[in-house]
Amino acid sequence: MDLTPSQTVGPFFAFGLPVEGGGDVVPLGTPGAITLYGTVRDGAGAPVPDALLEFWQAGPDGRVPTRPGSLHRDGRSFTGFARVPTDRAGDYHLRTLRPAAPAGSPHAPHLAVTVFARGLLHHLFTRVYFPNHVEANAADPLLSVLDEERRATLIAVPDGGPTGPGYRFDVRMQGPGETVFLDLSTHGLAQPPAATAETPA
Amino acid sequence: MSAPQQPPTQREVSAEIATAAGVPPRADGHPERAYGPYRSTALRAPQQPLVVSPPSLTELAAPVFGARDVAPIDADLTRHHTGDPLGERIIVTGRVLDGDGRPVRHQLLEIWQANAAGRYRHDGDQHPAPLDPNFTGGGRAITDDEGRYRFVTIKPGAYPWRNHTNAWRPAHIHFSLFGTAFTQRLVTQMYFPGDPLFGLDPIFQSVTDEKAQQRLVAAYDHDVTEPEWALGYRWDIVLDGAHATPEDRD
Repeated sequence: MDLTPSQTVGPFFAFGLPVEGGGDVVPLGTPGAITLYGTVRDGAGAPVPDALLEFWQAGPDGRVPTRPGSLHRDGRSFTGFARVPTDRAGDYHLRTLRPAAPAGSPHAPHLAVTVFARGLLHHLFTRVYFPNHVEANAADPLLSVLDEERRATLIAVPDGGPTGPGYRFDVRMQGPGETVFLDLSTHGLAQPPAATAETPA
Repeated sequence: MSAPQQPPTQREVSAEIATAAGVPPRADGHPERAYGPYRSTALRAPQQPLVVSPPSLTELAAPVFGARDVAPIDADLTRHHTGDPLGERIIVTGRVLDGDGRPVRHQLLEIWQANAAGRYRHDGDQHPAPLDPNFTGGGRAITDDEGRYRFVTIKPGAYPWRNHTNAWRPAHIHFSLFGTAFTQRLVTQMYFPGDPLFGLDPIFQSVTDEKAQQRLVAAYDHDVTEPEWALGYRWDIVLDGAHATPEDRD
């Protein structure tokens, strides 16, 4: 079937999309929680104050959540999903757990990211990887085909903050240091890869 | 806010739209991100080509939503305050399908829109049109077993924006959708049939394929219209093909 075309999220999504606690993938005080934060910038290097980022990830057990409740925070669950608008300074932040790779995944542990913004007619996909997975990153089907400079745009930078371990992940929409954005369309794929088996850790 | 240059006229933007319409459209119908007539794309569209990559197992799964996330009243935007909002009450309904025509079941739709006067409940909206104390303009719904959704709302008004001199957006409702894979994510806008502003609007015209443009326009449907109460519109939405069947997502 012919798909429905994308249109920009526009500047006025603030009362439509953001949700309370949208950056709380885990509740405050969760052992092992990290802060993932950064700045979204445009082609002139100016902060983008009207972007919306979504993050989706497996947990530390390598499992992607399959229970309903990705939007509403119940104060105890790991939801795997974050939705955070940038603030006036173009900054965003979320609290989450570091993912592990799902069993059988050829990819290194990562968060999937979607970028929406006024002036962006079709969202952009990217990924956040972590620097300490040296071997898995070297074997990752995406990271391994990028040159060093471009690859670096996908790897979060550890930066211990006052609230615990922090990782900086900036998004450059255009220009020098432009973030690697992905075409994940699987048109023509006969079979989607088999999903994760429920294997105990 | 600085305005370094005189904004272009509608005539100039319309000429750019006509030029862009001569470029072969993308096969999938989506707009090119770098689209000159919509001036805000100039610094926000990537210059590097997208890196083609197979989706990861994470990206082949999607967030799951349910009763905890969305209440039934969220789908009726006319009942979010004590009084009735002003304007033309409408019903917007349809189905969410994947590229193979299969229903996208039990997934989240979100909408947001201007009120009947063309004003958003947002600090950044400077349009000198009245806010409606009885209308916020945000709604949510979960599709049923057949991928159906249904919203009750008010027909939004057209409104001016500052892309160029005398720029007006055709009336539209913003839609946000999830599929069964993260790769199927879609944010788009639904328009109303026969709007005289279609030809002048760079955002609508960023979809350069005419058939694809029509897929953004709802159909008036008298069978959806309810007597003595509300006019009905039907709009089906088809997400990108990538999918994981529920059986795969134990």
